[in-house]
Amino acid sequence: MLLFSAIVSGVAVGSMYGLIALGYHVTYVVSNTVNFAQGSSVMLGAVLGYVFAIRLGLPMPLAAGLALLLCGLFGLVVERALVRPFAERGSNAWLMATVAGGIVVDNIVLFTFGKEPRGFPSLLAQKPIAIFGTGIFPLQLLIPLVGLGLAVILQFAFQRTSRGKALLAVVQNKRAAQLMGINVKSAIAMSFALSTALAGLAGILIAPLFSVQSDMGTLFGIKAFAAAILGGLSSAWGVMLAGILYGLIEAMVTSFAGSTYTQIAAFAVVILALAIRPNGLLGRAGTRKV
Amino acid sequence: MSATLRSLSRRALLAGAALAFSMPAFADDTIKFGLVAAMSGQSAKSGEAIVRGLSLALDEINAKGGVLGKKVELVIRDDESNPAKGVVAARELVQREKVAVLFGGLDTPVSMAIVPFANQSKVPFMGVWAAGTAITRNGAADNYVFRVSAVDALVDRALVDYAMKKYAIKKPGMILINNPWGESNEGGLKAALGDKGVPFAGIEKFQDADVDVVPQLTRLKDAGADALFLVANVAPSSQVVKSLDRMGWNVPVVSHWGPAGGRFTELAGPSAAKVHFIQTFSFAGKMSPKAEAVFEALKKKYPEIKTLADVTPAVGIANAYDAMHLTAIAVEKAGSTDGTRIRDGFLAIDHYDGLIKSYDKPFTEQNHDALSSGDYIFTHFVEGEIVPLTN
Repeated sequence: MLLFSAIVSGVAVGSMYGLIALGYHVTYVVSNTVNFAQGSSVMLGAVLGYVFAIRLGLPMPLAAGLALLLCGLFGLVVERALVRPFAERGSNAWLMATVAGGIVVDNIVLFTFGKEPRGFPSLLAQKPIAIFGTGIFPLQLLIPLVGLGLAVILQFAFQRTSRGKALLAVVQNKRAAQLMGINVKSAIAMSFALSTALAGLAGILIAPLFSVQSDMGTLFGIKAFAAAILGGLSSAWGVMLAGILYGLIEAMVTSFAGSTYTQIAAFAVVILALAIRPNGLLGRAGTRKV
Repeated sequence: MSATLRSLSRRALLAGAALAFSMPAFADDTIKFGLVAAMSGQSAKSGEAIVRGLSLALDEINAKGGVLGKKVELVIRDDESNPAKGVVAARELVQREKVAVLFGGLDTPVSMAIVPFANQSKVPFMGVWAAGTAITRNGAADNYVFRVSAVDALVDRALVDYAMKKYAIKKPGMILINNPWGESNEGGLKAALGDKGVPFAGIEKFQDADVDVVPQLTRLKDAGADALFLVANVAPSSQVVKSLDRMGWNVPVVSHWGPAGGRFTELAGPSAAKVHFIQTFSFAGKMSPKAEAVFEALKKKYPEIKTLADVTPAVGIANAYDAMHLTAIAVEKAGSTDGTRIRDGFLAIDHYDGLIKSYDKPFTEQNHDALSSGDYIFTHFVEGEIVPLTN
């Protein structure tokens, strides 16, 4: 009973981390940079989804679509303003710039959206389904499906399609890729748009299970990054599985050792795992780490 | 404050911190009171309620000629629920704005951080919300901290009494937020249960950002908990309710007053009504003439208040309102804005007919809390409105 409920909870929460972590993976494989405003992108997805669906009363698919589009645009802005100027000079300052960008966005939302946490009702998070003696909302089953599905698609797209291979070529050798007729700048920009859209999708999916507020993404962003590192940033599969693993560790520790030890144990496992496998569970050696 | 005065006080600061802190703002034509509370973030609504209560009382005080013949001005600072920012704000208010009294906000961790500073600089610190036991019972030889709010140690006794009477609990569990406020209540609940000889099933902690509290709750359920004591702010409290729904576990929940801080029904869904939580005051039900007058004045001053649902954290308004009046009396008694004399002024208050109750000798050397367990009521949410429960 305790075990099953821990597994159910762990997989559901873990696939949220995985979904956000996929965003880190996408920009990393294309440009060797990471958007640390990813937590804010999660929040932006949830807040925009709330505004379109609840405040403006748009149908959910349209609201979600608009929110994801705007999240993608946010990714383009992040890349253009906070990453490209630094990365072009070979500087690592994009790291701090994206962190700062996230804080700015959180605060803008705080003052425009409002200070109070709001509830985002969803039909998929009202009636729980009984499973293994515990209950689960349909939405919590949907999140792992979406996450694993996207991981499969991304893995396939990068490994098997010519466009995906072109993107990977960028990171191998920018100059050569350019000479081969690959538009490097647009490839990197697209990877950022895709990355923030993935985070935004995670935000929309998480919102009904949580509450919508300007600082909701911060901790998700951090835990997802831990998952991304754990899985090895360069593998979509690895990142998604590590997210689920991280969620499982959290739920298992809470269930069997007590909630006092959850954070200590979960982050200790990440450190231990990296000591044993420095490139992550499924990562490849050789590329520069952030 | 003129430039010469400012340089004068700066010199005084150099001459000695203690001297500077006690240097009153007597040369000004206003007396300043400071407020350090959450004006942004998830507890922002609490800050708004406190400001409303304080301002309403202040209007009444100033309309009657102010305090010591001077108008009183409220200087507000946002602590963002962050203890470090709270201390910086308190320091700035005392040292630069020269406030005579500091008022505190909702967050126990922030107030706990300000307490040592208030005691050291001998500026009275009046709590109007944060309930952490150690805020007023801080062990300082020279205690400048007062409070018109609930006290965790007493709340915990009231929660246990209520749960025993209402649900005949045999083995309750605790689900507490993982911060100093949760800790304060862990001690209080253990002591209160111990006094009654009631064993507990377990103590579980959870975080503000926990989406899923099912693992913790399942542990308590497996340990045989027949009721839950809940201590957390509104957003995390609603995560507990949603997780209970998912587990299909219908268990009595007796809660500290966290749920009152926001839109609990919207966040937690229809099961929010099952959570019975403690309050010091509610406008709902039959109002006293004083409460009616205050509610009318609130509607006039803040046109966005139309119904009772718009003053949901009524405790913040009521505690702040009474605290401001009591503070004004204390300053009058002190006859000056000197911190030590105001402290003694608080202890010298005989009687004040307040909104929450009629206060007689509200503060003594041993007791810096104006409210006690007899002043607590139990309530729950009905469609976004806080409604008193009769036991």
